[in-house]
Formats: sequence, C-alpha cells, structure tokens
Amino acid sequence: MKLAARWRLVLVVAFVGALEIASRRAWIDPVSFIPPSKMAEGAWALLASGDYTNDILQTLANASLAVLLAVAGGFVFGVCLFKLPRLRRVVDPLLLSYYAVPIFVVYPVLIVIFGLNRWPLVAIGFLFGVVAMATNTLNGLERVAPVLLRSARAMRMSTIDEIRLITLPASLPYVFTGVKLAVVYAFIAVIAGEFVLAGSGFGFRIAYAYNNFDNPTMYGLMLLLLVFVGTLNMLLHMAEERLYSRTRRASA
Amino acid sequence: MSTLLTSTLKPAHQHRKWSDGALLVVALLALWQVASSLLGAEVLPGPWLTFLKLKSIMSDDDFPENLRVTAVAFALGFAISCMGGVCLGLVLGAQRLAGDIVEPILMAFYAIPKITLYPVVLLMFGLGLYAKVTFGVIHGIIPITIFTMNAVRNMRPVFARTARACRLSPVSYARHVLLPAAVPEVLAGLRIGFSLTLLGTLIGEMFASQSGIGHMLMIAMSRNDSQTIMALASLLFIFATVVNLAMLKWHQRLIKAP
Repeated sequence: MKLAARWRLVLVVAFVGALEIASRRAWIDPVSFIPPSKMAEGAWALLASGDYTNDILQTLANASLAVLLAVAGGFVFGVCLFKLPRLRRVVDPLLLSYYAVPIFVVYPVLIVIFGLNRWPLVAIGFLFGVVAMATNTLNGLERVAPVLLRSARAMRMSTIDEIRLITLPASLPYVFTGVKLAVVYAFIAVIAGEFVLAGSGFGFRIAYAYNNFDNPTMYGLMLLLLVFVGTLNMLLHMAEERLYSRTRRASA
Repeated sequence: MSTLLTSTLKPAHQHRKWSDGALLVVALLALWQVASSLLGAEVLPGPWLTFLKLKSIMSDDDFPENLRVTAVAFALGFAISCMGGVCLGLVLGAQRLAGDIVEPILMAFYAIPKITLYPVVLLMFGLGLYAKVTFGVIHGIIPITIFTMNAVRNMRPVFARTARACRLSPVSYARHVLLPAAVPEVLAGLRIGFSLTLLGTLIGEMFASQSGIGHMLMIAMSRNDSQTIMALASLLFIFATVVNLAMLKWHQRLIKAP
C-alpha cells in the first residue's frame, strides 16, 4: 500500500509537471489553459484579496445546511423503512432507481418554487444526499447481528439502552458511509446549482469568471474548490476506514 | 466496495408484486398533485397539466430534431463510457498495483463537482457535439471503471490460475474469463454510469448548444416556464426509470443463473 501511495504521488506530480511544461511551451493553447503555477498564484491572490470570502462562506453554509437536513431526514427515513417492512416493499423500486435518474433536472422547478435565493440550492443538495443516507442507514440497521439483539433482550435492556448501547454502535460504520455520501453529493449538487443559475456563491463565481474570460480567477477558483473537496473527501474516507477497521477487529 | 457508489442495495424481495408498483406510482402522483394544489398550478403544474404539455411538446415540429441531437450525443457518450470504463476497469482490476495507485485518484475525481470543469472542456473542444460527449463521458466513465475493477478483483482466484495454466493470451483472458466473471457487477456500474452520462450530456447542452433537450430546458428556465420544465423532467425521469428497471431485471436474471 505504501508503494502504491508513493507511485500515486509520482504520477500526480508528473502530471502536473507535464501540464506546466506543456502550457509554458505553448503546446496547449495558452489562451484556454494556464500553467498550474499560475493557477496556484491566482488562487492565493483570490484568498489574500478577500473578495470571494463571502461567496465561499455562503456556499459552505448552503452545503452544510443541505448536509444537515439530508442526514437527519435520511436517518429518520431509513429507520422508518426498517421498522415498516410494508412501506419498504413499496418504496424499494424507488430507492433502487433513485440515483439512476438525473434528479438535477428538477433544479429549475425548485427555483420557480422557492425563488432565486439559497433555498433551491439547499433543497437540491438535500435531494441528492437524502436517499444515500436512508439506504445506508437501512443497510446498517439490517446488519446488526441478531445475536446482539437477543443478548440485549436476555439482559432486559430498555429500548433506549438497546439503541444507545447496541444498535447505534453496531450500525455506525454503515451510517457513517451514508453521512460521507450525503456530504459528497450535497457539495456536488450545491455547486452545480450555483453554476447553472444563482446570484452568488462559489460555483456562480466560476461561471462568472468564465463568461468574462478571466482565466486566472477561473482556474484559481477551480483549484481552490478541487483542493477543498479533495481534502474533505480524504478526511471522510480516513474516518470511515477507521470505523470499519474497528468493527472488523471486534468481530475477528 | 460500494462505499462511494451505493446503489447496490439488494432488493428486499425477488418477486415484486405488481400491486406494490402500482401503489408507488399512485402515491407519487397523489403527492405531486397535492404539492401542486398547495403551491398553485403556475408554480408547480400538476400531473395532468404536465401530461398535456408533454403531449403538445412532443407533437411540436422542432421536437424530433432536438431529441435526435440529444440522443446522438448521449449514445456516443454512453458508448465511449462503457467501452472505456470496462477496458480500464479490466486492466486496473487485473493489475493489482495499478489499481491500488489509481483507485483513490478516481474516487477523488468522482467526488468533485465536475460541472466546474465545464469551462476547461469547452475551451478544449469548442462549442458543439464533442464538448457534450466529453462532458457526458467524464461523468459516466468513473462508476463503470470502479465497478468493473472491483468485480475483477473479487473474482475467484482459481479462474486466473486456470487461465494461466491454459496459457491464454491477455486479450482472450479478458474476453473469455474476466468479462464473463464480471458481468453482473459491470451491469450495476452501467446503471449508475447511464444516469450520470445522461446528466452530463444534458448539462453540456444547457450551456454549449443551440438545440437538444438540455437547450430546451435552459430556455424554459430563463422564461420561468415551469410547465415545460416539468414536462421535460418527467420525460427524462420516465426514460431513465424504464431503462434502469430493465437493467435491474437483467441483473437479477444474471445473478440467478449461475
């Protein structure tokens, strides 16, 4: 695994280096693509100038709100599905084909419903994340070993104790996978929404810079976004691995 | 495996009753109707109005041309995603180290909002068909690659050993051993890749096209024409759902047959 990580680093560095050389030597059209070092400069200038702080914070706030709603709603939905098998049987095809349908198409309708403010963005982020959270919650609850529940009953635990001490810890890794997916999907949806139609925010700024042929700003913003989402994703992935390895060790 | 791409939840029952399906459709329609009457028909047209609008759009003279443009871009994008994703997945799955190196990069790429890369794609390919196709491909290829790779990795090792004992060439190894062993998983990847390619193509059309369904959506959006938006959205939903259910059926049959 360490070998793979080293190779990965080499690969990424080589790729960035190749881009740098190719764009400096003007092998790639310099009008459309600027060298990575210039992108980094642009990104730093953007951060230092502080002009975009508001937009960045706003996007973060929208995405966080969407994540919060999606996680809460998805968790409740997942628990309901687990408790009511009849409901689950009916909703099952919906869960299976939810992500096979381009949900993003309803974003314009959401704008018409909520108006051009932050709520359509929050709503589209919520819609993207909620079903992933629900299916993973359901998955986690189903994987709680029956023997654990039987021993809980044998020890005469109260319902609350059973949830607190047995169900939640046993299903936590799967639920966390749901949280991670909700975060990733909500970010994708919110930024895509801002890009398509919004009055402010990170995605909007990128689209705006693009429309003005302002390459340093556009690539700088893109770089910032990629670094941010990449870091977030990596952190979530690491936390997830730790949770899973803990349960694996416990069961081994 | 599916820590990033969870849509592989197993269906609760193999034999779904038709009554359940009908119940779901009726419930969704009722929900839609209630929401529409709460918000007002101008904001969110109800199912019947949407259906009428859809009919009038479909009988419009421009519609077949728009549909054709989108269909060509989508078909091309999906074909490239499938071929590229499956080939890449087979290679990465068979070569353990290569897979280990590339997988996190693919995952990171999957997690970023690819719509922001749109300007780059447009600057490289210019306005037109290729930008749309490329955009569809960068959306759709990753899930297909990841699912195929994992399928090959989880294949029983005895297959690989047998293939080596029979001295199969790499190409016939891929064709006769890897691909058949991986088909059910690949199909699951194709299901996800299908919708993402469709979404990518549509978003591509929203910005970089003078025709196509995405362009119609964009026009309806700037006119605040919620009837047209709803009609086109439901058309896409129905199309995607039907294809998805067909793929699911196929998937279940493949799993049942050993």
